[in-house]
Amino acid sequence: MSTLYFVDHDRGEITETVLEGLTAARAIDSAVAAVTVGAAGDGLADRMFEYGATAVHQIHHDELTDYAPAAWGDAVSELATSVGAAAVIGVGTDRGSEVMAHVAAALDMPLVANCIDIDASDDIWEMTRVRWGGSLHERTRLEAPVKLVTIAPHSSEATPVGGSGTVTEFVPALSDGAVTRIVDRVTTEEGVTLATAPVVVSGGRGVGSAEAFAPLEELAELLNGAVGCSRVVTNSGWKNHKFQVGQTGTVIAPDVYIACGISGAIQHWVGMMASKNVIAINTDPLAPMVTKADYAVIADLHEVVPAIAAEIKRRRG
Amino acid sequence: MRILTCVKRVPAPGAKIVVAADGQSIDTNMLGFAVSPHEECAAEEAIQQIEQHGGLSTVMTLGPAEAEEQLRTVISVGINEAVLLTTDGSDWDPMATARALTVAIQEIEASDGPFDMIFFGNESADSGGYQVGIRVARALGRPMVTGIKGVDVADGKVTARRDTPTGSEVYELPLPAVLGIKEGINLPRYPTLKGRLGAKKVEIKVMDAAHQESGQSMVTLAAPPSQETPTEILGHGADAAPAVVDVLEEIGAL
Repeated sequence: MSTLYFVDHDRGEITETVLEGLTAARAIDSAVAAVTVGAAGDGLADRMFEYGATAVHQIHHDELTDYAPAAWGDAVSELATSVGAAAVIGVGTDRGSEVMAHVAAALDMPLVANCIDIDASDDIWEMTRVRWGGSLHERTRLEAPVKLVTIAPHSSEATPVGGSGTVTEFVPALSDGAVTRIVDRVTTEEGVTLATAPVVVSGGRGVGSAEAFAPLEELAELLNGAVGCSRVVTNSGWKNHKFQVGQTGTVIAPDVYIACGISGAIQHWVGMMASKNVIAINTDPLAPMVTKADYAVIADLHEVVPAIAAEIKRRRG
Repeated sequence: MRILTCVKRVPAPGAKIVVAADGQSIDTNMLGFAVSPHEECAAEEAIQQIEQHGGLSTVMTLGPAEAEEQLRTVISVGINEAVLLTTDGSDWDPMATARALTVAIQEIEASDGPFDMIFFGNESADSGGYQVGIRVARALGRPMVTGIKGVDVADGKVTARRDTPTGSEVYELPLPAVLGIKEGINLPRYPTLKGRLGAKKVEIKVMDAAHQESGQSMVTLAAPPSQETPTEILGHGADAAPAVVDVLEEIGAL
């Protein structure tokens, strides 16, 4: 069975999630081949072999100098057809989902998104996928000549296997139509970002105002972390949607999630449930966030957060 | 300008989702329904674009007869026309959904001319397939990008902005185009009393929807394994700070 794994890279950079997806793909087919689009992805070949790819297809074309969703989808689907792939696996990141949907449309095949486990032992695959961002599971069957799936982020552990393999180049024809591509990129944040910060200090309704986020920001900075918030906060206009953690915001998996005055509604929870440690600070001991957290302080965050910051500074001397 | 927004009726986010005894559906007894969050913002964006450029906005949904409720909700905040593609209420997979929407859109465009823009939500809150909008766009032969947080139309093009972890990136698409809108692009307005009353009088165009098998079939739904962990209470006031910092030290976060 010829299986391809689409590598979601941004100008040659990948996240841990992409390696998780490759590990999951390898569990489906130990002979999986990785696919990178654009010359910027060429440098990833060694990492792909390290995490289990047995071959790497590098797709090159003048129109593929930067991310272009439809063109990338066309390129991958052309490769899939060319090598007679029976399956193309991607990861459920923003771009991973987007490109795989274009592949699915181009090949006119079904696409099962955000799978947390896949049984590919039979010609008809059976998988568990997530609904509601993870608060509901769906068991589904997939019958198709080319199986298309994305792996749910944070559902596997990236496992290096130290392999090697061949690198081949593929040049797709691509259609004559204009390529929708990035015309401008703006970088406003350097360093720690919400998506990848090891520590996130997050605030909910309990914070009370935009100004009252200041102690949370200070604590985040002391811990070299990022600030997050709940949907109530963005709907109230206290913070930009970029800071929203949750199903319709950013889904994160930090080492530590400090939830201040957040009740823990399900659509928020699925956005941070993959956190390794959750510390809840809330006056309500029955709040879902408190009952689900690893640690909790039952008190007013306006008193506790500055006290934590002060203690950290005291210990650092 | 003519803008179409495609929306989905979903259980109101935040509700506890309980699987029915047979595992084939969710128990809707105690559930309220809403327009899926990204799509609510898409409808608001359509209204704002029409306010700016003039023209007509339309909303379309594929769903059971009850989905009329969601159509009237978006009409009450300013969408001009509504189309309901009626199903039996069963769960349609993304391929079947996209096909039915495409057929309906093509039928409408054959008589009324093309929509300058078609908005989809980035993904639906319940099934989250991330693909219906892209499938429809490609079937219509139009450019499409998802995750959009900013829309500007000028000179027959739409400039669409989306967030990245470190900032933003901008795409330019010639019209007619399709966009996947993400919550956060705007704050949807509340309906006025006048809007609500007026919405009751708008005639909703009802069209058939033909279901086609795609190869993806649901077996069962289930609640995920319980995630309740024993919670260690570190304290009840600011005096818990040292205990918190001890934990952070243990974890290696300091």
